[in-house]
Amino acid sequence: MIEIKDITKTYGSGDTAFQALKGISFTIKDGEFIAIMGPSGSGKSTLMHILGCLDTLTTGTYFLDGKDVSTLTDEELAEIRRLHVGFVFQSFNLLPRTTVMRNVMLPLIYAGVSDEERDERSRKVLSAAGMTESHFSHLSNQLSGGQIQRVAIARALVNDPSLILADEPTGNLDSKTGEIVLGTFQKLNREHGRTVILITHEHDVAEHAERIITLRDGVVVTDSKSHARKHAKHHEV
Amino acid sequence: MKFSDITHETYAALSANKVRSGLTILGIVIGISSVIAMVSIGTGASNTISSSIESLGSNLIQITPGAQQMRGFGASSGRGGAKTLTNEDAQAIAEQVADVEAVDSQVSSRYQITAKGTNTNTSVTGVTANYSQIRNVEVAEGSFISDTQNNSASKVAVLGPTTRDDLFGEGTNAIGQAIRINGLEFKIIGVTVAKGGTGFQNQDDIIYIPVRSAQRYLSGDQYLTTIAVQATTPEVMTQVQADIILLLLDRHKISDAALADFSVLNQNDILSTASSVTSTLTYLLAAIGGISLLVGGIGIMNMMLTTVTERTREIGLRKAIGAKKSDIRAQFLAEAVALTVIGGVVGIALGWLISFAVNLTGLVTTSVSLSSVLLAFGVSAITGIVFGYYPARRAAELNPIEALRYE
Repeated sequence: MIEIKDITKTYGSGDTAFQALKGISFTIKDGEFIAIMGPSGSGKSTLMHILGCLDTLTTGTYFLDGKDVSTLTDEELAEIRRLHVGFVFQSFNLLPRTTVMRNVMLPLIYAGVSDEERDERSRKVLSAAGMTESHFSHLSNQLSGGQIQRVAIARALVNDPSLILADEPTGNLDSKTGEIVLGTFQKLNREHGRTVILITHEHDVAEHAERIITLRDGVVVTDSKSHARKHAKHHEV
Repeated sequence: MKFSDITHETYAALSANKVRSGLTILGIVIGISSVIAMVSIGTGASNTISSSIESLGSNLIQITPGAQQMRGFGASSGRGGAKTLTNEDAQAIAEQVADVEAVDSQVSSRYQITAKGTNTNTSVTGVTANYSQIRNVEVAEGSFISDTQNNSASKVAVLGPTTRDDLFGEGTNAIGQAIRINGLEFKIIGVTVAKGGTGFQNQDDIIYIPVRSAQRYLSGDQYLTTIAVQATTPEVMTQVQADIILLLLDRHKISDAALADFSVLNQNDILSTASSVTSTLTYLLAAIGGISLLVGGIGIMNMMLTTVTERTREIGLRKAIGAKKSDIRAQFLAEAVALTVIGGVVGIALGWLISFAVNLTGLVTTSVSLSSVLLAFGVSAITGIVFGYYPARRAAELNPIEALRYE
């Protein structure tokens, strides 16, 4: 569960100070599928970085699973990312010249998980993300865009995080492949009860979530159920 | 992060750009191998010089006439010229100075030597029976000069192998034959074992005769050109040297040591001067090698900084999925250390090879010491850590958000 209250984020200081977030509050329950929408400059990326514990907030409070993360140090934030958060980015998601398996295991390597358990958990999440066994030993640069995002999703899941954060995950994909990726998120949310937060500037993509939070100029403009929720067909590749 | 994971990441990263890694390693290889080869050549030269000095005899103190000279290799312009040392001086040293093993009196000069139809010009040295012991001279055929022959001033001679070859032809039996020194006939009673031409004089091209004979028939006076004293142990040499100086000053009735009419040269002095020269040479050579190692280290730092910049986004990604600063630092440090350690191992092998090749030329007997190998290896590991630390720290300190945004 995520509870944020009156959070602000200010970059710089004095005359050049820029306030990216101007007091945002909301609660996200476990198992929700949320889209955070807004044009560029609205503060949605900053919000995602804070939610993902990549960045610290200036004022306000942030409770992740009941734990106050607003006062943690760099190293403690790294631990939260390692154990509680899974990221899927728009691009440069995988390490180049590295096998699919190795890419997925990476969070487990940093978490110090044993070799056998790594292998087992990686295979499980790769299958859950819709990757076929034959692709596991492929190098990341031999994959298609859709496959890369599925592997990235698998990697985000491998630590069994309470929160999956996806930053424009379909931004570099054609609409059909984008559908597949969004379908994978919906399936994970529906069948596995994962909390998914999708950051996007496209209304069409946001419609795949069950709740949409819209930001503009660092404040929440709307926070409502998706009116015409889309259900992507989940394609197996 | 486990050690095996760091190894895996390091291998993957270094093999991703083999040419660049190879060239960076080459810098370290050149540095390490030059340190090893240079030090081994320096040590070899030092050993060669020491052993040739030691082949002159052990625990040797030489007294020559003339003023006190500069220590070390000062040219002995006065040797043999001044006539201040006598048989009685030698005898007094043997009888009155403690810890003396043996004393040998010598008269040395060059003469024209003739044998049957051949002639040569070489050094004729009048010696006592002690000479062979003091100067490590061994006789290959016949016998060396005895006390009896010396006391009776017999006209007998022992030839160095080179002189024998010059006068009678290589490998011939010269025992019993006669040679003429300064017109006087001497009978050959022995030939010495070849010592080789190393050192300060050729000890193979020489004729030994009894010192009494040299004084009676050749120089015609009672003076000596050298008194060689062998001390019992290396530890007493300084004391023996001091005692000899006191005794001779007293005998020659000189009160001021600065005005002494003789000089005493301690073998250890020669040895220490020579080894200080050669160790300076070794340091110089090692410094040249060290500079190339430094350049190699800078090469590593350069490559690592480039790598960190190129892989900024990868670092951001790793941090986003939970890598700690220490994980990132360990990863990049491991790459730098791997480069230097590989370079170090290859460099040690190459340095050894160079040293071996120099050995084959026969100029110097080089020796690669374990300490220089350990030193080189330690230096290469430290180079890796020192030159790898800054880039690794830079990688670790990267802000994950900026790293992810980096284009």
